Amino acid sequence: MSLWNKHAIFEKNSIVLTVGILVVVAIGGLVEIAPLFYLKSTIEKVEGVRPYTPLELAGRSIYVREGCYNCHSQMIRPLRDEVERYGHYSLAAESMYDKPFQWGSKRTGPDLARVGGKYSDEWHVAHLANPRSVVPQSIMPGYAFLSRAEIRPEQVEGHLRSNRLGGVPYTDEQIQNALTDLRAQVNPDSPNVQALQVRYPGATARAFGGNPAAAGNGTVTEMDALVAYLQVLGTMVDFRTYDARANMR
Amino acid sequence: MAAFAATAMLCLFIASGSVDPAYSFHVYLFAAASVAAIFALGNRYLARPAVIPQEINGKPNYNMAPVQFATVAAVFWGIAGFTVGLIIALQLAYPVLNFDLPWTNFGRLRPLHTSAVIFAFGGNVLLATSFYVVQKTSRARLAGEIAPWFVILGYNFFIVIAGTGYLLGITQGKEYAEPEWYADLFLTVVWVTYLLVFLATLWKRKEPHIFVANWFYLAFIVTIAVLHLGNNAAVPVSIYSPKSYIVWSGVQDAMFQWWYGHNAVGFFLTAGFLAIMYYFVPKRAERPIYSYRLSIVHFWALIFLYIWAGPHHLHYTALPDWAQTLGMTFSIMLWMPSWGGMINGLMTLSGAWDKLRTDPVLRMMVVSLAFYGMSTFEGPLMSIKAVNSLSHYTDWTIGHVHSGALGWVAYISFGAIYCLVPWLWNRKQLYSNRLVEWHFWVSTLGIVFYISAMWVAGIMQGLMWRAYTALGFLEYSFIETVDAMHPYYVIRALGGALFVVGALIMAYNLIMTVRQGEVAEPESAPALVPAQ
Repeated sequence: MSLWNKHAIFEKNSIVLTVGILVVVAIGGLVEIAPLFYLKSTIEKVEGVRPYTPLELAGRSIYVREGCYNCHSQMIRPLRDEVERYGHYSLAAESMYDKPFQWGSKRTGPDLARVGGKYSDEWHVAHLANPRSVVPQSIMPGYAFLSRAEIRPEQVEGHLRSNRLGGVPYTDEQIQNALTDLRAQVNPDSPNVQALQVRYPGATARAFGGNPAAAGNGTVTEMDALVAYLQVLGTMVDFRTYDARANMR
Repeated sequence: MAAFAATAMLCLFIASGSVDPAYSFHVYLFAAASVAAIFALGNRYLARPAVIPQEINGKPNYNMAPVQFATVAAVFWGIAGFTVGLIIALQLAYPVLNFDLPWTNFGRLRPLHTSAVIFAFGGNVLLATSFYVVQKTSRARLAGEIAPWFVILGYNFFIVIAGTGYLLGITQGKEYAEPEWYADLFLTVVWVTYLLVFLATLWKRKEPHIFVANWFYLAFIVTIAVLHLGNNAAVPVSIYSPKSYIVWSGVQDAMFQWWYGHNAVGFFLTAGFLAIMYYFVPKRAERPIYSYRLSIVHFWALIFLYIWAGPHHLHYTALPDWAQTLGMTFSIMLWMPSWGGMINGLMTLSGAWDKLRTDPVLRMMVVSLAFYGMSTFEGPLMSIKAVNSLSHYTDWTIGHVHSGALGWVAYISFGAIYCLVPWLWNRKQLYSNRLVEWHFWVSTLGIVFYISAMWVAGIMQGLMWRAYTALGFLEYSFIETVDAMHPYYVIRALGGALFVVGALIMAYNLIMTVRQGEVAEPESAPALVPAQ
């Protein structure tokens, strides 16, 4: 009667085998995942990081929908060449409101974690419409259709609300004013811009998609939203004042 | 029937409130499928046979029709998935092929390719072989009559929903878990039914021991269920919207994603296909499995260690260092059970190595084990942080995945399909062994082109990104490194094209086997003497 014979209990009883499998596969996941919900380094709060404005959130959904993550990462690793190429390494806090995270796993194109503010809105619009018009060797697809597609107004609130259910601290006020904020952010002349900037510190309002006339009429295109999202990427934290040691233990 | 009727009504109700045309299309598809299911059930009820016998003349009355369906579906989805892969490979070499339309751009087609090959092709191979193997090794008819069909048809319906969704822009944006909340919910129902059918068939078994292949199938089914539920926890915007937001965010979501993602590799693409190895290799070689004890160690070590390996996809990210190091350590340890399994498969051929000369199907399976060994050595290597800092984000990863996916998963699947078709359609042998030879050599050449191009491209790009000039400046702009990839992307596309050609040769061979193959004599069953 060796130890090997004891294994027969698993081989003769499918429920014991199933439970055995469940127990064995649960261990690794529990050890690696559970601590991430309370360790300070993964849930630290960093000055400047705020939930996305309704326009940026809509832009983010387009980024996800078009599968940009298949070719662009949003995660700068603390390696010399990456920090010099893209900027300060990415902090956990910078993606704390990202559902889902978009760190990516392939760089067919460059990292976008800090692309915000590096190029003008006009450059982004031209590049998205026809990448080879500004970068001749680019192999990126063109997205001219985004300028012709409108953001549907019906469910703007719903998007914020379901984010809140998942833990993003949107206030009641932010949810109620979601549609107003969405329209105000593409129209710098709107009287609602100031309220938007109180609700979302640091947010800028301009006709991101390059069509101020339409924006003035309350029309928000997918191009507006996507460019607004790209322009906020990596700009929320001010690294002149960021103290990396503040969260050390 | 009532459940399907309720589903149909619910779908029509949702369709009335939906504002998204793509979502409405899906909801109508669900409604149509539910109505079709009601009719199918009604027909079946009216035309029902008295009682389906569990045994005929003392031999189990196996239920092979669902297995046949899944086998055909596997070949169909395989060719579709390989073709989409070829298209996106060409898009990377020649971007004009994106046509700049929403539903043809790379970003939407790439998930279509990955899901089609992993879940549609691989999934149907696993469904077909698991339903075949569990019946044969239990010597019992598949449990239930409607449930197996619900699993097979429901799973393929899920594939259609997922695939059309990607093209229409419905995605969660999580790699290898792109289908949205309603598709995920439906898949959960299908998957639980799958588990129950599988378990219930095991309960009917005439053998006291559960055969080793079934352990692996069971681990695959159970673990995929757990991973699916954990990774896809999401809050929909409303029931009228296809869009949802994952409840996890940032770091936690990243860890959940790669816990899921790496174990989709570990349990879907490895454990499931190892089950295929444990049945089809011994069967084809007509030899027993090399070592029973090695099977036990292989099984428990593999499923225990695999789960830990996820963080190696997140080296040097904002995930805490300790988690990365754990992921790396377990990935390296994983090398051992992986090679243990490979050795168990290869050594099963002891005394039957001569068959490699005469049986191209067996050769395909043996080469798949060699590729398995190679990519499970390369994987731990790439999970070492120092190596990963170079390889991550480059095409080296793509090459690694394809040496596993084409060399291991697809080859063991082709081997199993070449075995299954004559068995299921009652044919003496395949239409042509020469065509299997052609398939083997054409696609092997394709794989070699593919992975060697990606090794060179990946390592070169990684080195270019970190190259410095003598003055201490970065030597290359990003776009220069993109430009340098072009020749390798062309070679890769050529390799992919060869692989597609190989699959087409297989499809032709299989069709001719079914249409023109010689009917096998019914096995001369020894006349059973009733027990006295």
